[in-house]
Formats: sequence, C-alpha cells, structure tokens
Amino acid sequence: MSSAAAKKPRPKYLTLPAILFEIRLPWPARVSILHRISGALLIFPFGAWLLYMLDVSLASEAGFERMRGYMQLPLVKIGALVLIWAYCHHFCAGIRFLLLDLNKGVELAPARGSALAVMVVSLLLTAYFGVKLW
Amino acid sequence: MVNRLVVGAHYGLKDWLAQRITAAIMAVYTIVVLFVVFSGRPFNYAVWRDVFASGWMRIATLLFVVSLAWHAWVGARDILMDYIKHDGLRLALQVITVLLLAGYVAWAVEILWR
Repeated sequence: MSSAAAKKPRPKYLTLPAILFEIRLPWPARVSILHRISGALLIFPFGAWLLYMLDVSLASEAGFERMRGYMQLPLVKIGALVLIWAYCHHFCAGIRFLLLDLNKGVELAPARGSALAVMVVSLLLTAYFGVKLW
Repeated sequence: MVNRLVVGAHYGLKDWLAQRITAAIMAVYTIVVLFVVFSGRPFNYAVWRDVFASGWMRIATLLFVVSLAWHAWVGARDILMDYIKHDGLRLALQVITVLLLAGYVAWAVEILWR
C-alpha cells in the first residue's frame, strides 16, 4: 500500500442523500440495520425509561397511580409505541439471527422472506400491544 | 491469562456466544412476563407489587437485567467499533456505555430489593 495510487484521493459516493434515497437495500439489510438502531434505542433512552417507570410504579400506591396517569399523556404513548416497536423488532430479528446461526433459512429466497416476515410481524405485534396499551 | 496466537481467529467467539445465550434468557423472561401481565388478573398496585414480591420473579428479573447488560455491552461495542473511528471518542463512549449498563444493574437491584 506504499504505491502512489494509494495516496490518490478516491471519489466517495456514500453521501447521506445517496444512503437515504439512491441505495436500495434488500430486506435482510434493512432488518439488520434496524436491529442495530432498535438495540441502541433500547439501551438508551428506553432502558432508563423502563427502569424509571418500574421504580415509581413499585415504590408506592401513589406512584403506581401516578404512572397510570403518566401513561395517558399523548407524548408518553408515542414514546411507548416506539419502545414497543423497538422491542418487538429486536426480538423478532434476534430470533431470525439465531436461526441463521443454526444454518436455518440461509438461502437467498428464504432469507429475504424471513426478513420481510420480521418487519411485518414486529409491526403487527406493535399494533397489537399498542391497541392494548391505548 | 489469554493464550494469544499471532495469527488466527475466534477471539470474538466468547462474546458472540454470550450475546446469544443472554438473548435466549431475555426471550424466555419476556414470554413469562407477558403471561404474568396478561393473565387476566386486574391490573392494580396490589397485584403489581405481589408479582415483584415473589422470590423467583426477583431472581428472574435480576437475571434478565444482568443478561441485558452483558448482551447490550457486546452489541454497543460492535456498533461503536464499526462507526466511531476516533480512538479517544470511541473509548469515552465505551466507558459511558459500561457505566450506564452497570448503573442499570444497580438500579434494578435497588428497585427489586427495596
């Protein structure tokens, strides 16, 4: 890598608009990056948020009722919906990855099918738990 | 003492395996909690407190939180290694992640054994 060619600046096409609008990713790639994003969100802020709600709701009867009222706030409901989606997506995608580790569904067609299934199932689960929460 | 070879792979195998085992533990706990919460009992403070008053639920929840911290550490480290190129910034973010996750475990212990 000491040749002059290595020092010549290389054009980069990986701009943000290209990532967002031009590069079309297959479903397994989308599931993978969403697995990372949902995982990061679950660490922070959702991990701390869940512990906070568990803390207050278990501390006293007044705290429990306060959390019940807190859960009625529109912004909290939207946050809870994102949290539920992140959990469901991370859960479903994680099970898919465990199966892939066991060499189940690694061919292109089943891998794409299961990735799409993860997207659909996690959204359906989000809708189900969202309705229960509302 | 780690017996390092100059060449070779598998250094990440332990982390990889730990991430998957902790994932399985958390998945089982998640199903159990869903059954407990949606078992048809009225959802009020007395029921909620009793759920977390039982010894096995406290142990299970602590196992979940410890699994989460371990699992999240492997995942966060992978993400930081992939995207944060500046060594000092990456180290700082990794330290923050460890402190955050250790804080979660301590907070969970405080909540469960109040």
